[in-house]
Order: sequence, then C-alpha cells, then structure tokens
Amino acid sequence: MKSGLVVSHLKVNYGAIGAVKDISFSVLPGELVAVIGANGAGKSTLIRSLSGLVTPSSGSASWNGSSLLHKRPEQLVREGVVHIAEGKAVIPELTVAENLALGGLWRRDKTDVALATQESLSLFPALATRLQQRADTLSGGERQMLAIARALISRPQLLLLDEPSLGLAPLIIEQIFVAINHLRVQFGMTVLLVEQNAMSALKIADRGVVINLGEVVTTGTPAELVSNTQLREAYLGI
Amino acid sequence: MFIDTLLIGLSSGAIYSLMALALVLVWRSTRVINFAQSGQAVLSTYIGYEISLATHNYWISLPLAIAAGALIGSLVDLLFMRLLAKRGTTGPIAEIAPVIATLGLLGLIQSVIGLIWGNAFLQYSSPLSAKGFTFGTHTIPFSPQNLFIVIAAAVVLGIFGFVFRYTNLGLALRAASFQPEIAQLSGIRVNLVRNIGWAFAGAAGAVAGAVITPTSTLSPHSLDLLFVSGFIAAVIGGLDSLIGAVVGGLVLGVGFAFILQYISSALTFLVGFIILMFVLLVRPRGIFGQRVNRNA
Repeated sequence: MKSGLVVSHLKVNYGAIGAVKDISFSVLPGELVAVIGANGAGKSTLIRSLSGLVTPSSGSASWNGSSLLHKRPEQLVREGVVHIAEGKAVIPELTVAENLALGGLWRRDKTDVALATQESLSLFPALATRLQQRADTLSGGERQMLAIARALISRPQLLLLDEPSLGLAPLIIEQIFVAINHLRVQFGMTVLLVEQNAMSALKIADRGVVINLGEVVTTGTPAELVSNTQLREAYLGI
Repeated sequence: MFIDTLLIGLSSGAIYSLMALALVLVWRSTRVINFAQSGQAVLSTYIGYEISLATHNYWISLPLAIAAGALIGSLVDLLFMRLLAKRGTTGPIAEIAPVIATLGLLGLIQSVIGLIWGNAFLQYSSPLSAKGFTFGTHTIPFSPQNLFIVIAAAVVLGIFGFVFRYTNLGLALRAASFQPEIAQLSGIRVNLVRNIGWAFAGAAGAVAGAVITPTSTLSPHSLDLLFVSGFIAAVIGGLDSLIGAVVGGLVLGVGFAFILQYISSALTFLVGFIILMFVLLVRPRGIFGQRVNRNA
C-alpha cells in the first residue's frame, strides 16, 4: 500500500515537557514536504521520533502502511527510512570513503552499493577527489554533502532531513537544496525536510507544514504560506 | 645486559599492551573504564587452568581460555552494562554508575573464583621453559615462555589492527565508538557491534592472563597488578587509541625493566605512577589521544 508517510496525533514527551503535543500530517509518495518552525518548535523531536531515536508517548506514524514506531533506527534504515541528523552528520574521525561505506555496510547487494556510491559521487563531485581525506578536513557544506551521499547509498525511499542548512553560507545552502530537489526528481524519493530556514525550504517544497510549540499551526502550498502576511511575520521569519 | 633488560621489558610490556588494549576497546565503545577486566581475565585463566588439567595440554587450553574470555566479555555487556544503560538515570550518577558497577563486578567475580577454586596459589603450566635462553656460557633472563608472550601479543595486536583497519566489522566498530547515533542512522546494529567490542576486549584480557600466568602462579588476585599497569599504559596512550595502548604498554614495560635492573625494584610502581602523573599533567589526552571535537 503506497500511502506515503502518515503521522497521526503524535505526541512526544521529554520528561514532563511535551516537545511534540499533537501533530498530524501526511506526505504522499514522491512528495517533498517542509516542516517549518522556529527554534524549539519541536521539529527535531518530531523527526527523531520518526526515525526511531525517540519513542513517542502516543499517536501513530507509518510509512506505506508499516508503522515506524517502536523500531530501532537501524531497522528503519533497512525498511527504506533514512534520517540525516542535524549538524553535518558525518563521523569526523573517518575518511570520506569510510563515511560513504557506512551507508552500504549492512546491504547484501554489493553491486548496487557500488552503483549507488558512483551515483552519490556524481551528484557531489567535490567528494570524489577527497575520498582518502578525513571528514574533519572538509568544509561545512562538503560535510553536509557527505551526509546526504552516505544516506543515498542506503537507497532510501523516505528521506528525513533535519536542518541541512544549519550553519552554512547562503551560496552553499542553495547548492544543497538544489541537490535535495534533484533526489526527488531523479530517484523519486519522498522527502520530509525539517527547516528553520523557511524561505529556502519552501522554494523546493510541494507543501509546507508550519509548527509551533509542538503543534501544527497550518499547512499549505509554499505560495499559500508565503502569501499569508500574519503567518510570515509570526512563524516564517521572512 | 642492556639487551637482556630490553627483552624482559618487551615481554612484560607486551602483556601490559594487551591489558591496555582490552581497556581501550571497552572505553572507546562505552566510555566506561572496565575495572572488572582483571576479574574477567583471571576467570578465563582459571577456565584455561581447568581445561589444561583435564586435557594435560596447555595448547588446547589456550584457545579455549581465549574463547571463554570473549564469551565472558560479551555476557558482561549483555547481562550487566546494557541493563545499566537501559535503567540509567540522568545527571552525575548516570556517568559514575557503570564504573562503580564494574568495581562491584570485579569483587563478585573474584569472590566466586574464591568459592570455586579457593584462594590458594595454583600452577597453570605451559610446556615452554621458563629458563632463559643460553648463548655459549651466558644465560639471558629471556625464556622461551617470554618469547611466546611477545609473539602471542604481537599476533593479537596484528589481528586487531587488521580487523579495525581493513574489515567492515572494524569500520562498524570504529563508527559505533566515535558516533553511535550516526552509526545507527547509517544502518549499523550498534548494540551488536558494541557487544563484539566487549568480546574482543575479553579475549585480549584472556590472552594476557593465559600467557603470563605460567611465569608465576594463579590466584583470584594474581592479575590485579597487571591491570594497574595496563590501566597506566592505556592512559599514557590516550585511552582512545589502540596504537597508544600498545606503545603505552611497551614504554611502561621497558621502563619498569630498566628501573628494576639499574636502580631498585622498590621504585618500579612508584615510577609507573610518576609517569602517569607526568602524562596527565603535561599531556592529559595521552600521547596518542586526539583533540577531536566529538560533536563536530
């Protein structure tokens, strides 16, 4: 059943604090949806609960009909749900090649791992010349590219991206977002993009979900969201 | 005389390296100093001792003692450390609880050994001679057993080095120890990989116990001093570095041997602690420890 990502009345508590209070939304297969909100809105907690890093207290979340909850992150990766964590999620002590290899380590089809690695490197040619360098010698943008490239080697169907623009220069952000958009176009991937940088995210998104204090404020197409002056001032920062 | 002392130092240094390696393997993956390591090593040595009594063959008992050491390491993680991590609270207790727990486990293992085998000094013998090699009329203090110790340690270190550097398992072990969350999100079964790390550590400690014990005696506390030396060696090497553990062990072993030979036996441990304090004061991250921002 290709129902895409369906999140229903999801609630996550951190101790006594309700980081995600009641969130419902869906992402259709092949769609790119941006979750937008200020710092502390519950964006990261939401995405962490979808990838198995945090256990929600109630509600449900499923990918193509199969529940995402109460599964370990490594299990979800095997089911095609891959989360790229916030903050240039690479392992600085390992080389670029080793970081890439991690994405395919668990996969049996080594021929396809090699193919996926080639595809990732042609998407980010800057990495191809730095394969033997340690990841901590890369620039911020290159590290983010490496994190995405590694995820691609796992052949994700649903990509969960947490703040890929964090700490990057505007020009680099644009490059990264062009690449993310490319993933959907070239590979038909479904993407859930969590971003504070509303403007860049809405440029490539099909739809946006605005959240604040752990709750959905509104959803709509980028044009609808951007044209709402009140929304722009209160939540989008644009 | 200089060469003799160097050889003796290498032999004991190799053992310290193995013990240091066991500590580093656990530290890297769980951020815990495993004080139970000497208990685990001595328990696997007792198992080797029992097997050698039953089979009258040291060479059969040795691999089985190593396998037992790996199994014990794996069980300590599964039944003990993982449970603690699951029930772990937050705050300072969460950091210190596993360390205290390993101390408790050490006491438990040594008491159980005392109950089963008693506290007497047992002889776990190897067929190799403990008498030094003779060249003409000169007998050096370096025996075939010492040579075997050096070879065994080198083989273990070589295998670990190869596994860590060139295999998928090694890559998974390194990834899981540096950034467990990213490793998990890449599809690596971090708990399984961590357990293999504990088994490797247990095996390294077991090799140390099984090859050094024939040069002295076996008792519940016979490896305690070895643990202290291994710990100092691991800290000198930077706790995070496998090469550091090896170099730290060799430096300490050779250093001890020269002090014993040329100054006084009373000073050996004192000097060990002076070296430790010196490293901690001058280069707290150890000789091979890297100043890496783990959140970068």
